[in-house]
Amino acid sequence: MDKFFSVSRWWSIVLKEFLQLRRDRVTFGMIVGIPLIQLMLFGYAINTDPKNLPTAVIVADQSEFTRTLVSALRTSGYFAVTEQLSTEEEGRAALAQGRVQFVLNIPADFTRRLLRGERPALLLEADATDPAATGMALGAINQIAQTVVKRDMTGLLAHLAGDPPPFEVRVHRLYNPENNSQFNTVPGLMGVVLTMTLVLMTGLAMTRERERGTMENLLAMPVRPIEVMTGKIVPYIVIGLIQSSIILLAAWLLFRVPFVGNLLAVYVSALLFIAANLTVGIMLSSLAQNQLQAMQMTMFYFMPNILLSGFMFPFRGMPEWAQTIGNILPLTYFNRLIRGILLKGNGWFDLWPNLWPIALFTVVMMVIAVKFYRRTLD
Amino acid sequence: MSGADDDLAIDVRSLNKHFGDKHVVNNVSLQVRRGEIFGFLGPNGSGKTTSIRLMCGLLTPDSGSGTCLGHDIRTEADKIKREVGYMTQKFSYWDDLTIRENLNFVARMYGMEKPREAVNEALENLGLGARANQLTGTLSGGWKQRLALAACMLHQPRLLLLDEPTAGVDPTARRDFWEELHRLAAQGISVLVSTHYMDEAERCHKLAYIADGKLLAQGYAADIVAEQALHTWTIHGERLTELSDQLRRAPGVDQTVAFGAALHVSGRDAAQLEKTVREFSAAQGLRVEPSETSLEDVFIYMMNHSKNNAGAAA
Repeated sequence: MDKFFSVSRWWSIVLKEFLQLRRDRVTFGMIVGIPLIQLMLFGYAINTDPKNLPTAVIVADQSEFTRTLVSALRTSGYFAVTEQLSTEEEGRAALAQGRVQFVLNIPADFTRRLLRGERPALLLEADATDPAATGMALGAINQIAQTVVKRDMTGLLAHLAGDPPPFEVRVHRLYNPENNSQFNTVPGLMGVVLTMTLVLMTGLAMTRERERGTMENLLAMPVRPIEVMTGKIVPYIVIGLIQSSIILLAAWLLFRVPFVGNLLAVYVSALLFIAANLTVGIMLSSLAQNQLQAMQMTMFYFMPNILLSGFMFPFRGMPEWAQTIGNILPLTYFNRLIRGILLKGNGWFDLWPNLWPIALFTVVMMVIAVKFYRRTLD
Repeated sequence: MSGADDDLAIDVRSLNKHFGDKHVVNNVSLQVRRGEIFGFLGPNGSGKTTSIRLMCGLLTPDSGSGTCLGHDIRTEADKIKREVGYMTQKFSYWDDLTIRENLNFVARMYGMEKPREAVNEALENLGLGARANQLTGTLSGGWKQRLALAACMLHQPRLLLLDEPTAGVDPTARRDFWEELHRLAAQGISVLVSTHYMDEAERCHKLAYIADGKLLAQGYAADIVAEQALHTWTIHGERLTELSDQLRRAPGVDQTVAFGAALHVSGRDAAQLEKTVREFSAAQGLRVEPSETSLEDVFIYMMNHSKNNAGAAA
């Protein structure tokens, strides 16, 4: 009767656990959803060898050689020529705004000096904030130079062929010349930490009231939804700003991340980004029935953020569908903002293309959240 | 309409509320006078809580109308919230705040002019002055209930809506609580209180009984009892469970209710009931006596009756 281990007792525990699991829809969703999402993201979206990186060319010298050179860039698969610019300033601006990853500069007297055997130089400027994004392409550049030599340096020009090639490709790694990957990761971490903690904390803050039954008490008091919502948010804004400051201090003191840009711009961007995350938290909390669900939903939200925002893997290496998802997430824009300000010294004009999407995201989320909150009144 | 009737604290007519396809509140009309303690009774899930939420503007009725303290329950929920003290069924103050912090919060929520004084006075009245800085979560059930009452009284409401305030509270604390309610009513505060306890029902000025969302009776306890026209006999003895089964099938008996060592046998047909009871008594040598039909007998009768009707309708 009092066996040491009763199989039927044990089995009834197993059954009860399965019954409860089956009723917990969100957990069930996670059991199926998480491996699928992980497979899709890691299997298809992530690519550490990004190809077709947008490249601007400034061709001040149109000749057979330069045409071959540009087409060799294209056929290498690493470079996609997206813009033709005329001045070096335009090139720098395109890099600063993140429109292009590379700018190839062919000087005016390139062909003439090449024919004279003076070994002229081409200038390839790279946005090296993320060393992983540019590394492979820069590695391919000498191969490309050799292609040009093999194709065009024949016949009368055969004397120019050889190793080293008759021209030089000078690579300028802008913004992060030492290829220090921490300079990329540490500022990026700021957005990741803010996303994780703020979405989770606001999600919990609202569901906690519901779970403990204190929500009904709040609703019975003469307080308006907008007052409850904004009032509950304020402490988390402060927390977000403290977290930002800790990471900024660490970036500066421990990792020696360059602070090229404006600190005010950092905080304005951070504040906007914090607002975006808080609206996500409120959204999730109005969907979640309890604190556990709020946590699980935060996980769902967090995963694509960390993988598709350009925090861990080069954004431009991802296929188009993954970039589309990434382009919805505020973290994608915040990563560009914070790296742009700290490493590139971006000004307001350069920042704007990445500021407005976060603002738009926040407004849309806020509207949805307020709608959902009203419904919980009834 | 009777909108000018200043004498009514609550006056709602034909309230209906559905949750999904469930008709939770079905055509409920209810009037509570000023300074009256109005008992709201009914089994679990009968729609008491939903009705209370409708009356204080926490929920919007699907149809029906009414006023609470003269304010329209559909359009003036904000005004109602300001003048009503609502005590939720489940303790709903913050466990991770101290007693004083909870009261301070409530005082500020209602925009009281002198929150500090009001809170101090409430703590004094509660006898919690010394424990004001204790976390609320560590209080016992009885103390939590007293705190909840103090908190919902803090802004000096004219109407109290109390949703099963004494559930899980010991008898002494319950008695104190009811004495407090009567003191408040004497000051002119109206009280609507839902409960499961019959002794509490008898302490109310007036009663309403709700089952399956329908209001089955409303008025003074004596009137409600009289309305059902039930006659009751009490049988004393042992092995009453078997007896009860036999009696229920006998003519003239509408219901039997066990009260410890006694059995209440009720029926509408007085003559037939007496005949049956006397036959059983003679056959089994039991002591029987005619008794007053109690409120509990009537409520059990109404509940069974409404179920049977619902079954017949379905």
